Amino acid sequence: MSEEAKMESTSSFEPKIMAFVCNWCTYAGADLAGTSRMEYRPNVRIVKLPCTGRIDPLFIIKAFENGADGVLVSGCHPGDCHYTTGNYHARRRWIAFKDLLDFTGIDMNRVHFSWVSASEAIKWVELINNVTDEISAMGPFMDFKALNRGKPESNEEK
Amino acid sequence: MPRIGVFVCQCGNNIESTVDTQKVADETKKLPGVVHTESYKFMCSSPGQESFKKAIKENKLDGIVVSACSPHMHEKTFRRAAEAAGLNPFQCEIANIREQCSWVHHDPTKKVGTAKTMDLTRMTIQRLKKNRDLTKITIPVTKRALVIGGGIAGIQAALDIADGGHEVVIVEKEPSIGGNMARLSETFPTMDCSQCILTPKMVEAELHDKISLYTYSEVEKVDGYIGNFSVTIKKKAKFVDESTCTGCGECWEKCPFKADSEFELGLSKRKVIYTPFPQAVPNIPVIDKTRCPKILKDKCGLCAKVCGPQSIDFTQEDQLVTEEFGAIVVATGYDLMPKSKFGEYGYGKITDVISGMQFERLASASGPTGGAIKRPSDGTEPKNIVFIQCAGSRDEKRGVSYCSKICCMYTAKHTMLYRHKVHDGQAYVFYMDIRSGGKRYEEFVRGAIEHDGAMYLRGRVSRVYEKDGKIIVQGADTLSGSQVEIEADMVVLATALVSRDSATTVAQTLGIGYDKDKFYNEYHPKLKPVETVTAGVFLAGTCVGPMDIPESVSQGSAVASKTLALFSSDKMAREPITADVNTQTCNACWDCLNACPYVAIDKTEVKDRKGNVVKMLATVNAGLCQGCGVCVCACRSKAIDLNGYTDEQVYAAIATF
Repeated sequence: MSEEAKMESTSSFEPKIMAFVCNWCTYAGADLAGTSRMEYRPNVRIVKLPCTGRIDPLFIIKAFENGADGVLVSGCHPGDCHYTTGNYHARRRWIAFKDLLDFTGIDMNRVHFSWVSASEAIKWVELINNVTDEISAMGPFMDFKALNRGKPESNEEK
Repeated sequence: MPRIGVFVCQCGNNIESTVDTQKVADETKKLPGVVHTESYKFMCSSPGQESFKKAIKENKLDGIVVSACSPHMHEKTFRRAAEAAGLNPFQCEIANIREQCSWVHHDPTKKVGTAKTMDLTRMTIQRLKKNRDLTKITIPVTKRALVIGGGIAGIQAALDIADGGHEVVIVEKEPSIGGNMARLSETFPTMDCSQCILTPKMVEAELHDKISLYTYSEVEKVDGYIGNFSVTIKKKAKFVDESTCTGCGECWEKCPFKADSEFELGLSKRKVIYTPFPQAVPNIPVIDKTRCPKILKDKCGLCAKVCGPQSIDFTQEDQLVTEEFGAIVVATGYDLMPKSKFGEYGYGKITDVISGMQFERLASASGPTGGAIKRPSDGTEPKNIVFIQCAGSRDEKRGVSYCSKICCMYTAKHTMLYRHKVHDGQAYVFYMDIRSGGKRYEEFVRGAIEHDGAMYLRGRVSRVYEKDGKIIVQGADTLSGSQVEIEADMVVLATALVSRDSATTVAQTLGIGYDKDKFYNEYHPKLKPVETVTAGVFLAGTCVGPMDIPESVSQGSAVASKTLALFSSDKMAREPITADVNTQTCNACWDCLNACPYVAIDKTEVKDRKGNVVKMLATVNAGLCQGCGVCVCACRSKAIDLNGYTDEQVYAAIATF
């Protein structure tokens, strides 16, 4: 992917969005969207975790640090958690973490939290399209990238 | 340097039509650590698997990425193949490029799909580099089962497990097994006498050399995990020595004190030393310590005097026993909605307004009237009888939004039993809908109406009151659009099935979930209907929700098959996706313990050579841990990690994004 090319004109800007999803509901819901041959915007890269309760707030910061323009977190609906209560932990953690993110100056519209069940392929498709549109409109997320200037272009082995 | 192989599947045209798999293979080959890449038509086919195994051996690969369909489809297939080629199966990872890429991005130029596939594959490669070898966890299995509840579901489960060759303990809180089914007169739709089909099973359970009955007992405490439960059972004092009592009945014949019979639902009396019903199993009486004058004020003691084998022991105390089990079956059954809820039907105020279960007792040959339908108030035969269905069921105002499922059928049965016993009597049934789904059920209801002349009125009853020795039932017949008033001699309410009062306590003891109505939650309502989220704890019968006898029996057999599968080997293997504590950095704050939904975290003492406790540590019980990872994020000192989803793995994937 050529970053510069994308940043030159925001009109053709394709944001990079990282999604942290649980294995049992949202990952299966995203699979169902595929099995049903639905179509959605290709900007999201999924990281699968067993449960939203496994999502460390630091993952979100790290995603931004590594060039994400937006982050999405999604899991089972409250009450439907495969592990009975994992998503409640995630929800509580999210409420506390949201304020911290806001305080650090990260635009809250770049971080989305949702519940998508294994049968809600349509919801998943709409969610991805909406989040992609919203973040496209906001343009690239430069704050961390500016901070990273001076460091080698990336620490990963691309 | 790792030696990673990347296999990009074309899935025929499913992936290839929007992803240039050859390009992905060529590009990923350039990544550090990747030594072999290939694109193949069908990776999951036998030739695909063979070339997969061959490539692993030839290139001495130590890590595999398969870019193909969802891991939910073929992760197991490829891990098995990797294992067959001599690799640790957990060094094989799947990048989902079909369901989450080629099928959802329809760009025919393949640009979009190929770019996303490259990203997903690269992220998986980076994650794989941080994978550790994992070995499946093996847990020893104690091949003994505990069945909580001795109703028909529990008895069936116990018999099937015992017939499979394993020891079973049935814990029953009442003095006899049999449960609610023992109360029934006949059963729909075959009109078998309930006692006739149940008591042989009760006796079979008693005589089975693999089954032990702990009646008049309750489960106090459950520790441990699947295959290794340690259960403390309270055996309430019966004041009768079970080893010598012959069940001759001399004691309860002579006992001069009486109390309302719980089994007969207050329709008759029992003695203070009693068995709940004549066919009780075991046929050993208990003394009601809240009413026995000998126990309360040291007077009487007649039973001890007449007892031949000297089995009465007034000094007996409750006893706690702790035993080991590998599996627990919960079959605690149901209660009926209490009388206090039905003011407008006069239930609890008018003696001749009774519940369906009380009607069962009246119709039962072994019941208080010997099977004759008689009014509890004056013992006369009711000539007009009104049955009110949905008394409490489907009535959110009374807290029951669900259908109790069995009432339509048993009310139809009641009208038949009534007509068979009172030939000149007329039965009226107020109903909302008739729900008779089930083999031969609809025909049964038609029989009640067409053959036995029950008058079905579609509508609700608004009021029931007494007038001149009659019970006036006012209601609506919505089909004719008129108000009806029936002068009845007796009213029978099909009261809602509700969960046991003790349901929540039992659930908390076992660590299983329950719904808003306090019925226990299945692991999955369709695909795992008798399992719970707590591995090794199974559910059978009406503790899950309203169901009839055939369903309860099926569930009893189903839990037996689950238990026997668990007991089929000495050790059970499970996926090693569990949490692990770093003993160097754990500072014993116990945040993990509070977060864990499975009580899988133990407080472990670390001792020095002299045996002094030097510090405390959190340790994970791999038998209980289900691998959700909630503790990992709860840990302030980052001392816990989740095998298979370690921080390192996740950060590696994020870093290459």
